[in-house]
Amino acid sequence: MISTSVERLLYLVATVLFITGLKQLQSPETARRGNQVSALGMLLAIIVTLLSTKTVTYATIAAGLLVGGALGLYMARSVKMTSMPQMVALLNGVGGGSSLLVATAEFLHMQQTGATASVDVALSTHLGVLIGAVTLTGSAIAWAKLQEVMTGKAIVFGGQKTVNALLFAVIVALASWLIVVPTAPLWAFYALIGLSLLIGVLLVIPIGGADMPVVISLLNSYSGIAAAMTGFVIKSEVLVVSGALVGSSGIILSQIMCKAMNRSLSNVLFGAFGAAAGKSSKTAEGLVAKTTNVEEAALQLAYAQTVIVVPGYGLAVAQAQHQVRELMDLVEKRGGSVKFAIHPVAGRMPGHMNVLLAEANIPYDKLLDMDDINPEFERTDVCLVIGANDVVNPAARTDPSSPIFGMPILNADLAKRCIVMKRGMSAGFAGIENELFYGERTQMLFGDAKGTLSKLVAEVKQV
Amino acid sequence: MSGMDLIGFIVVFILATYLGASLIGRVPPTLHTPLMSGANAVSGITVVGAMAVAGHTDYGRLGTVLGFIAIVFAMMNVVGGYAVTDRMLEMFKKAPGGDK
Repeated sequence: MISTSVERLLYLVATVLFITGLKQLQSPETARRGNQVSALGMLLAIIVTLLSTKTVTYATIAAGLLVGGALGLYMARSVKMTSMPQMVALLNGVGGGSSLLVATAEFLHMQQTGATASVDVALSTHLGVLIGAVTLTGSAIAWAKLQEVMTGKAIVFGGQKTVNALLFAVIVALASWLIVVPTAPLWAFYALIGLSLLIGVLLVIPIGGADMPVVISLLNSYSGIAAAMTGFVIKSEVLVVSGALVGSSGIILSQIMCKAMNRSLSNVLFGAFGAAAGKSSKTAEGLVAKTTNVEEAALQLAYAQTVIVVPGYGLAVAQAQHQVRELMDLVEKRGGSVKFAIHPVAGRMPGHMNVLLAEANIPYDKLLDMDDINPEFERTDVCLVIGANDVVNPAARTDPSSPIFGMPILNADLAKRCIVMKRGMSAGFAGIENELFYGERTQMLFGDAKGTLSKLVAEVKQV
Repeated sequence: MSGMDLIGFIVVFILATYLGASLIGRVPPTLHTPLMSGANAVSGITVVGAMAVAGHTDYGRLGTVLGFIAIVFAMMNVVGGYAVTDRMLEMFKKAPGGDK
């Protein structure tokens, strides 16, 4: 048993460990250590809470820690790297759910004991409930969309925004009532929870699958803010600081994603982008894309001095990262250089593609960000686009009528030769035709990514 | 919470938000996924609040149930988040011998 002051000091140590851990995430060399430092901080916080004089019964706590820990560990061990966005969505959701439950328990406790909560505690409680609930159900919908349990398309209905606004107004009214009149009936609080859960669903269903990276980042932020609100309720500095740290990280990542798509956050959240599918004016019927075969493509790769690979999500779906690595090794053995151009929205969450390539043992210093690699395309012999589409669509630069006009793209069309590997001519995730496929220097190589890459590897070996 | 207390907490919250923003802004894009899952694990700090609820007798039976589920949720967040981040970061390797 430790005194309150010692307790608070130890929580401060935990907080400092979180901050140090985040700081070490700034470089791939120290990142793993940073994560461990942060985990150590969490362990410390849990131990301090166990030793706290406020804790009187241990059975429930021990059971909860074991069950939750085991579930978490199982998920972390078994999840596939391609499913990382779903995993993060799920973790966001349970984090938010936990804050919701704590805020709820605190509120009910105050009601039972007849204590009148001060305005600020009451306000943080209701905010904790609202944000926690939105995080829980919003993440569940994001998970379902990414897992393709439900349609990835935007679900829109007439008067959607009005319904949401009304619902939000009712939530604010209920919360105000509960704050101003402490004797307000309990059903008002339960209604607040129910409506908050509902609005979480309604806010995420109109957002298309392509925008899920932004949604996940934002929900990540919410889960942090919910934790901070819970911190205000139970007067815990460590919760407020950690919650704020996570809250700001989510917001920064959402901004980075939005910038990469050249859209504002409000456009992503309320624009229902995934519903509209546009046709680029320049790719009207009649244009024919040039095709090539594996032998020809292998020759070009084998004699290329500089190769840039543009990997897209299709590559990951086909689980072809290892074949790409083999190809990279072959080209490098022949004296060529291979680099990877990673668009910020290449995967289904920020940095997702980097993880998928790291899994195939591709060194991280070969993965270049958009701004670093774009000037190099003009000097590149062969650009190999594998399963990427919208992020290499030159319409974003040239065609003001295109829905993605203005979005920063990888300049694959500027390479001396561009080989696009694709299953067929279907439009991309955003449902937009791609001019690159009809370009002068472009050759299409049809087939599934994994099979075609294996054949390419075999061919390059024989050159 | 007294007025002064509240101000103190708001100050802490705002400073921590700025600190978080400046720390995260410098994380290279290649680490954004592990950053997100790692930060996610930190938000599992609500486990502290959940333990306070579950470890207390005067929250009643409903409190114990809510506290238990809250701990399970938060621990999934904590352990799942840290473990999966570690799994990812373990894979990040530099090219042998630096630039080739």
